[in-house]
Amino acid sequence: MPDINTVQDEIIEEFGILGDDRESTIFYIMELGDKMEPFPEAEHTEDNIIKGCQSKVWLTTKEEGEKVIFLADSNTDITKGLISLLIRVLSGRSPEDIISSDLYFIDKIGMGSIIGSQRSNGLTAMIKQMKRFAIAYQAKSNAS
Amino acid sequence: MKTSEIIASDLFSSDSAPIKLRGAHFPVEEIRKQFPILHQVVNGNPLIYLDNAATTQKPVSVIEALKAYYEMDNANIHRGAHTLAARSTEYYENTRTSVKEFINAPSEEQIIFTKGTTESINLVAATYGREFIGKGDEIIISTMEHHSNIVPWQMLCQANGAVLKVIPITDAGEIIMEDFEQMLSSKTKLVSVVHVSNALGTVNPISEIIDKAHAVGAKVLVDGAQSTSHLSVDVQELDCDFLAFSAHKLYGPTGLGVLYGKRDVLEAMPPYQGGGEMIKEVDFAGTTYNEIPFKFEAGTPNIGDVIAFQKALEFFQIVGRENIHAHEQELLAYATEKLSTIKGFIPVGTAREKVSVLSFLINGMHPFDVGMMLDAGGIAVRTGHHCTQPLMKRFGIEGTVRASFSVYNTKNEIDTLYQWISRIAKRKN
Repeated sequence: MPDINTVQDEIIEEFGILGDDRESTIFYIMELGDKMEPFPEAEHTEDNIIKGCQSKVWLTTKEEGEKVIFLADSNTDITKGLISLLIRVLSGRSPEDIISSDLYFIDKIGMGSIIGSQRSNGLTAMIKQMKRFAIAYQAKSNAS
Repeated sequence: MKTSEIIASDLFSSDSAPIKLRGAHFPVEEIRKQFPILHQVVNGNPLIYLDNAATTQKPVSVIEALKAYYEMDNANIHRGAHTLAARSTEYYENTRTSVKEFINAPSEEQIIFTKGTTESINLVAATYGREFIGKGDEIIISTMEHHSNIVPWQMLCQANGAVLKVIPITDAGEIIMEDFEQMLSSKTKLVSVVHVSNALGTVNPISEIIDKAHAVGAKVLVDGAQSTSHLSVDVQELDCDFLAFSAHKLYGPTGLGVLYGKRDVLEAMPPYQGGGEMIKEVDFAGTTYNEIPFKFEAGTPNIGDVIAFQKALEFFQIVGRENIHAHEQELLAYATEKLSTIKGFIPVGTAREKVSVLSFLINGMHPFDVGMMLDAGGIAVRTGHHCTQPLMKRFGIEGTVRASFSVYNTKNEIDTLYQWISRIAKRKN
């Protein structure tokens, strides 16, 4: 599995091809959301909703060995596409890698100008929640 | 250029009669020239501004008046001994006269400048409400109210034990008058109803509502935020006790609104906020209050915006309310018919009488996604609950996409909207 920064660089390159074409960018983000792994119906709970997002975003995890797998869903296609990017970068990694990651691709692909400042706050909330999960996994494995 | 020169300019002189249309031709291209903001490219496409129910754009005369005021005339109003203060006071009070004429109020004293519709309603709740509505009294609103005509009354009811009642609506988005009549009783102290729904465009039978409320001795507040920009609102003909509206939805500046009230009601109401301007005499032993309207205008008001608002009213006067209404109705009919042919298009709010607001959903798609895709095409619409969450709940939805048309919109723009919505809807339909 390529490391976090390699995946981030791939994403930056993909968005670089789209350039300033906002229409293609938006449609591309939604397509990414369409391709996401289906979210388990039973996980659509209040507890799994991330606070601070304008759209509804559900996030949960499963453990595979020492890796954290993220599963997410949203009621809007664009948000779903954005989370799919975060999942592509962070899912299937060790808690340490997730916690120490510096997600520079978000600024580099100009996400702020695509989704606006309010929704950028939502994106930050998602990242925080993903890191919180990683911290919890780390604490659990240290304790055991 | 001095404010006085702008005010005297030919383009928007206040004594101009509405333009006479040649045949059925509405000079939309000429009108568009008056709105500098419309002539720009957004995300690679010419801007199509269809978010007029949120706020309208400003004609150049308004923008110039605002600039001229700060360049030439800025001074605090009333009581000034110098020329600039006299000028700014004169222009400020001129706008009050224009507003009086705009809604046909009996006098200037009954026009109170506020921050906007929201503050106008809060003012009534905090003064008339606290003084004249008590425990067990009833306030009636409708299901289609904006949050600003719900929350102030909830706060009042919480404070004084009054009861808030809500008139239900039909699936088309029309008030059920029979239910309203049954709610009315001697307990009803106030009916506060929106004239035109911001989320649906429904025009409510406001005259009938006022008459029926008056028959049981209740006062009536009309939320005119959406109606004053589309319809003729004559407070004397309507006989409403209060009318609240905002300047920014009427081609005027933001942060400015109006509260009209009947003289005896306004005079009986206690002041809203304490401070400068609203007093007659202050002594540590006690303070006496100024006459209306100043009793309700504590502190230095929004002078520049009030002065510039007059140009917006003049714009309205010159283009002519009837002409604007006819143009907007034509756009609404055209857009409704055209978009209805798109597979997956679901209109929300199909009242018989509507202003130029088209609220809709695309089957299988979240309004936010639709809004973002339209934005990529340079088309500005509003998405979400439109500050009417109870109304959205009534329809069992989270929100809608809302396209709202104004004096400067064209059929070509609606054609572009149609093309984009068709493409977007194909994603899921």
